[in-house]
Amino acid sequence: MTRPEPDLDTSPRISDEVRKTTCYMCACRCGIDVHMKDGRVTHIEGNRDHPVNRGVLCAKGAAGIMQHSSPARLRKPLRRVGPRGSGEFEEIDWDEALETAVSWLKPLREEAPERLAFFTGRDQSQSLTSWWAQQFGTPNYAAHGGFCSVNMAAAGIYTMGGAFWEFGQPDWERTKLFVLFGVAEDHDSNPIKMGLGRLKERGARVVGVNPIRTGYNAVADDWIGITPGTDGLLILSLIHELLRAGRIDLDYLARWTNAPVLVNSDPKSAEHGLFLRDDDGKPLVLDRRTGKPAPFDAPGVQPDLAGTWRRAGLTHRPVMHLIAEQYLDRAYAPEAVADRVGVSAERIHALAAELARVAFDEAEEIPYPWEDFRGERHESVTMRPVSFHAMRGISAHSNGFQTARALHVLQILLGTVERPGGFRFKPPYPKPPEAHPRPHAKCEKGQPLGGPHLGFPQGPEDLAIDDDGRPQRIDKAFTWENPLSVHGLMHMVISNAHAGDPYRIDTLFMYMANMAWNSSMNTRGVIDMLTDTDESGDYVIPRIIYSDSYASEMVAYADLILPDTTYLERHDCISLLDRPISEADAAADAIRWPVVEPDRDVRGFQSVLIDLGARLDLPGFVDDDGAPKYADYADYMVNHERRAGVGPLAGWRTGERGLVHGRGAPNGGQLDNYKANGGFFLAEIPDEARYMRPWSRAYQDWAVAMGFYDTPQPYLFQLYAEPLRRFQLAAEGVGDRQPPEHLRERIKATLTPLPTWYPPLGDGHADPVEYPLHALTQRPMAMYHSWGSQNAWLRQIHGVNPLYMHPDLMARHGLSDGDWARVTSETGEITVPVAPMAALNPNTVWTWNAIGKRKGAWALDRNVPEATKGFLLNHLIHELLPARGDGLRWANSDPVTGQAAWFDLRVKIEKSKPPGESLPVFDPVFARGLP
Amino acid sequence: MTDLPETTERKLGLVIDLDTCVGCHACVIACKGWNDVAYGAPLSDQDPYGADPSGTFLNRVHSYEVAPEEGPPQLVHFPKSCLHCEDAPCVTVCPTGASYKRAEDGIVLVEEDACIGCGLCAWACPYGAREMDMAEGVMKKCTLCVDRIYNEHLAPEDREPACVRTCPAGARHFGDLADPESAVSRLVAERGGMDLMPEQGTRPVNKYLPPRERDRMPAAPALEPVAQEPRGFLGWLDRTLDRLPGGRG
Repeated sequence: MTRPEPDLDTSPRISDEVRKTTCYMCACRCGIDVHMKDGRVTHIEGNRDHPVNRGVLCAKGAAGIMQHSSPARLRKPLRRVGPRGSGEFEEIDWDEALETAVSWLKPLREEAPERLAFFTGRDQSQSLTSWWAQQFGTPNYAAHGGFCSVNMAAAGIYTMGGAFWEFGQPDWERTKLFVLFGVAEDHDSNPIKMGLGRLKERGARVVGVNPIRTGYNAVADDWIGITPGTDGLLILSLIHELLRAGRIDLDYLARWTNAPVLVNSDPKSAEHGLFLRDDDGKPLVLDRRTGKPAPFDAPGVQPDLAGTWRRAGLTHRPVMHLIAEQYLDRAYAPEAVADRVGVSAERIHALAAELARVAFDEAEEIPYPWEDFRGERHESVTMRPVSFHAMRGISAHSNGFQTARALHVLQILLGTVERPGGFRFKPPYPKPPEAHPRPHAKCEKGQPLGGPHLGFPQGPEDLAIDDDGRPQRIDKAFTWENPLSVHGLMHMVISNAHAGDPYRIDTLFMYMANMAWNSSMNTRGVIDMLTDTDESGDYVIPRIIYSDSYASEMVAYADLILPDTTYLERHDCISLLDRPISEADAAADAIRWPVVEPDRDVRGFQSVLIDLGARLDLPGFVDDDGAPKYADYADYMVNHERRAGVGPLAGWRTGERGLVHGRGAPNGGQLDNYKANGGFFLAEIPDEARYMRPWSRAYQDWAVAMGFYDTPQPYLFQLYAEPLRRFQLAAEGVGDRQPPEHLRERIKATLTPLPTWYPPLGDGHADPVEYPLHALTQRPMAMYHSWGSQNAWLRQIHGVNPLYMHPDLMARHGLSDGDWARVTSETGEITVPVAPMAALNPNTVWTWNAIGKRKGAWALDRNVPEATKGFLLNHLIHELLPARGDGLRWANSDPVTGQAAWFDLRVKIEKSKPPGESLPVFDPVFARGLP
Repeated sequence: MTDLPETTERKLGLVIDLDTCVGCHACVIACKGWNDVAYGAPLSDQDPYGADPSGTFLNRVHSYEVAPEEGPPQLVHFPKSCLHCEDAPCVTVCPTGASYKRAEDGIVLVEEDACIGCGLCAWACPYGAREMDMAEGVMKKCTLCVDRIYNEHLAPEDREPACVRTCPAGARHFGDLADPESAVSRLVAERGGMDLMPEQGTRPVNKYLPPRERDRMPAAPALEPVAQEPRGFLGWLDRTLDRLPGGRG
């Protein structure tokens, strides 16, 4: 049969308008084109001009339309009427909601500001939320970094003034060997996929180091299925091999790092391990021209890596000596580490050899005239086409800080950082720790905090402890337990508040953090803490205010709900003052704006916070007459100035002769300028400022002109991190501020100034024989925390999360696909479905993250697989390590930064009868229907 | 039963790079998003917030473990949609002529007004690439975004299938496989592009580029040491520094 072909309309109009804003379906913050028809959102695709995604968009981003229309969206402010956890609320209007909040918060500010704990989860407006908390005067503020990847950020900043993702990127166009350590696939997801695509096009080699071969590791040319928690040991073994073979970049190390800085090497000295400095406090190096010490940045100085110097009877040795001494030890030889890392010595040798070959044998000199901070002119820059990337896989261990440090030291020894083919910073980075604030935690009644909460301590004097050594913050950040907790410890807030340790709080105020479910360790315990009452029947945590867009599990545990909009209904700024979205060759920022108005009685949280700030008369939120200073967040984005001429948005500010970028006065039309430009702003870095930027005069001058800092900040990469040594020195008994006795040995062992490796702290508790398996979660690429698993389209992709395990392991336990296993850790037990996977470290089991849902939440039916078969490993992970008889409970966190050690988990498994649904089973929330 | 055109002027199709596909499902959702508002009936979802959510998708990604004889196991992500076969059994089986292959570009389409929802085409397709929309009762399939690739209301650079436009890793390529000089044909030639299940005799237009060999890092000899212990290393350091620009030697 032959029919005439039908007449097709091949040019339909699916939209009458495209509105360009910023995605919020994960943390990448891609540009999106939102297609509108008759005022409704019809389709979302990537913005081709946007620096982050250049037109592409992941599954989450394209499924944003379902997030926007989700039946779980909250509709109106709510006041709890049933007991906490019941999810029984009554609707109230906004005035009543805000006045209720003010009636709780105002007396706290006047009497005891620290009794407010404000923690903001997956907040993309930390520049505002932190400033609000600062003006309120509570020391208790942080976002979710402490339970995410603070190890990566902190190790990067302390080592080289920037880390991966928002801080910098591989030179995708030139790198020839790319080594990817464990990475959460929602972190920098589109840029990494785009970068991998470029590498594949060019035939560059991709090496994946990860216990699990999914996603990026599936396309890696070589997969190293490492044992979890041993990445640091592998990296130090690579360093051992490279040093031993002399395959390191000595010229780079001498000029741009602290390898030549002289270190007091007299164990009897009170300054043992600290740098030799001149009267201005500048670290000294031996100048090869004179053989005498000179400040590291003196004009023309040629630092020597080899010579030692005696002054006042004390020997001073260059950092390079200490590095050689430490890492040439045969304890780091591939043969010595192979068993522990689960990688053969031959493969470690091969990887070391390949790193050396590509970094040095495929190096090229590229013409690039530039001037360094010592005033020396250079005509070229060396291409070292080796690059690395890592995120949570190495970060979320209790040895993650030192592991991330080790990785940065490896990059630096190879001379790849800030060179073509290697790792390149993104503005406003590079920025050394000294150019960041230090922590502020001392609060006074009715007064703002003295400065930002979060910062980079340089030594014990910067800890947030009072004269008696008591923590000033509810999460105990910046204490001897975790001195460099630069993102706070959100995962400890509820636990500490419940214990009244270090003190009791009154109001817990949270935003976008599902702490009653997938964002907490020990979920059952946290739920009990949120609902626990004292002898008079009052809640131990008296008041909880929560803001979210959706009926999440956490909503059910709050007393007052401030309903947020969806991301298509709100203003936001993706600010250079916050977590930037720049590229290696350009600074960038962006906005969100309401491409549709909410059809519910909800308000953007940031506007609500500004309103609350005014109602509380917080400085900066009211003018001299006490009138609100900003109408809403949009007004703040345009008119707020953090420093003269520096505001949340860097593009299209008002200069003396028209619009300028970077520094300038507010411009009333700024948001229109952003919208006209596709929702973002981009400032290309001048040609002569694109490489070697920590040391480049042209870059430093440009950064000052843009307002990133007020004076040039050239610095050396810190292979040897002196701030760590200052804490260690205190632990050895030096100085006025002394750690408690029980922490001395741990500080000595873990806050080492050169990267070290120690087994995950949990391993000291969970006996590896009794609990032989490592248990991990991974974020599916198509989902971001708990949003994705209620999205109508995305849940059809990842609706179930079995526990994947090696077929050999299954066979040993008599398990088949679809069977159930009891999984036990030292602190918990779950019973869950299992499935086989061979491309897996044989001693590791894993599942997808944040798919398991509590019945009744998220507008899902109660019998959905997410609630009946889905599960969380969180039940197996405690925020405290098991008691070990010393009368103390140690946090399950990195001892340097406090990063939640999610991936230290060890378990054992045994076959179970199918229990009908995953255990443990929880009662439904919102039993009487969604609010 | 429905006839196929004897030849088509062009053979528009996809080339999918299995070496590069990370299995992120971006193409799956971009396809769903576009086709929900474009050609024919929307792509419905049944029980979207319930126990058994099941919707119409014109493109899905499957993942397979592969155990090579040597080396560690591998995971291959395999996106699959209509392959726009030259000998498309889904067309010839159609009792109403609703399924057809366009003579001008070879795209296989369903004229939904003529589709009676009998499902024969889905049975005939060896790839399982067709899906019945349960709300509309019509057969849905990949249109190669026929309403994008010629769409005068879209910018010229956007006139490509939604899955290709969105693919973050650049693993999906669109073009004319009848033209040996096209970028897609060259890719197929260079990378050994393959037909899916050629034994079925369907002559698919879409091609797959196979994964490159994995886990072949050269077992290079261990790096040659300059020294065995720290003191020797420092001696080497001294000697080497002397040879650097500005050195003492």
